[in-house]
Amino acid sequence: MKSLKNHISLIIALFTVLFSVQIYVAVDRTIVAYEGRLKNDYSIIVVSNKSLTPAEFKAMDPIIERSDAISTDQVLKRLEGEISKKNLDLLKLTLPKFYRIYLSRFPTPYEIEKLQKQLQKHPAIERVEGYAQTHDTVYKLMLLFKDVVQVFSIAIAAVTSLLILKEMRLWQFQHSDRMSIMALFGAPVWLRSAVLFRLAIVDAIIATILLCIAFFVFEQYGWMDLLLRTVGISIDLFHFVNDGVRSLLIALGVSIVLTITIVIGNSEEE
Amino acid sequence: MDKVIIAENLSLSYKEFETIISKATFSIDAGSFVFITGASGSGKSTLIKSFYGAIEPRAGQLMVGGVKINRISTSKLNFLRRHIGIVFQDYKLIKEWTIEKNVMLPLIISGYTKEVSGAQVQRLLSHVKLIHQAGKYPPELSGGEQQRVAVARALAHNPILILADEPTGNLDEYSSQVIWNLLEGANTKLKTTVVVVTHNIPSTITVAYKHYHIEMGNIYEIA
Repeated sequence: MKSLKNHISLIIALFTVLFSVQIYVAVDRTIVAYEGRLKNDYSIIVVSNKSLTPAEFKAMDPIIERSDAISTDQVLKRLEGEISKKNLDLLKLTLPKFYRIYLSRFPTPYEIEKLQKQLQKHPAIERVEGYAQTHDTVYKLMLLFKDVVQVFSIAIAAVTSLLILKEMRLWQFQHSDRMSIMALFGAPVWLRSAVLFRLAIVDAIIATILLCIAFFVFEQYGWMDLLLRTVGISIDLFHFVNDGVRSLLIALGVSIVLTITIVIGNSEEE
Repeated sequence: MDKVIIAENLSLSYKEFETIISKATFSIDAGSFVFITGASGSGKSTLIKSFYGAIEPRAGQLMVGGVKINRISTSKLNFLRRHIGIVFQDYKLIKEWTIEKNVMLPLIISGYTKEVSGAQVQRLLSHVKLIHQAGKYPPELSGGEQQRVAVARALAHNPILILADEPTGNLDEYSSQVIWNLLEGANTKLKTTVVVVTHNIPSTITVAYKHYHIEMGNIYEIA
């Protein structure tokens, strides 16, 4: 019963670490998906006093993916009845060229500022307009959320690591009799600590399985997915192969590093 | 004759100014049976602990099985201990392991295969008349039975040296006799060196033995 309690304590602590890491990964994945959506919606309007080719635009900044010329025909057609043909012809000649620029990815506020400056440096370009205000606010909020989650995850990981360390100290006391008897018969440190390592590995595997089950249940209920779809995002919260393997490696890494710390501490005490 | 233990001006102490054994010089021949006696607190257990490297000499030199104990490295100490069998007064059996696995411990540490160690353990448990208790755990056995398990464990890997620290201290007459028979058997049949720390040398002992006595930190050989 006592042993089971010890197992559960370590499994819960490891599960908490894995869960916080996975939540961070899911938030990051959500932001990447949102960036993708923003990127498609995002464009910059450039006003130029002469024709510019897509290659010229691309040469100005590598973030520029493509550029489309905006036709002025519709506006001129609307003006046909309102101004004289002579004036209309003059307007046609003096009217600047309008371009819509698409980017290869969603830019950071710094990148957009840099891009605008870069474009304005071109002698033919008269004006650059970005429609990023709303997007920027939402995006900045999401980045803030990501940072908060990151800090929160690190704090949880630190606290639970301390709990795991304490748990392993308890294990060490529990196993100290066996370990010291084995030492009296010449067992090397790794053999004396084999049980600790075995327990740590088994608990890491169990914690990973529990994480997989937890995210499987989330996906089955689908409320999280529904929530994301309402803001136009569709992502996998948990890739069972990739995330599962990563979580297992993290759990194994944390538990083995802590076991090694305990073992080294124990051999130094000897 | 080869010497298993050689002590030259050996001094032992736990604290800096509290000498327990002072400048002792003696040696123990391979294949001999040796008793070390002395009053309580005279330093018998301290001396035997130094033989398996649990205490480092404060001064002088101590060689056990050709290995120098002074400033011994962990790997060398482990190597030495793999060739020594130790019997403790409080048995020091692993409670959560079965009797069979406890006896197997030195064989596991020495890297014997399951088949070899299994056969050896069966033979030893038969010898100490505990084969029917093989699957039980130490707390389920009496003190005398636990000490027989401890002796079987000490013999399992055919050590060059058996160190027994008051092996019959807590046992009744019958159990004590069984333990002495086992230790005598190991000495006469396997030519294992046996060093026993005890308060009194049993009158029933049949092997030729050497007797050292500790008093006031000095070790004397008693003819």
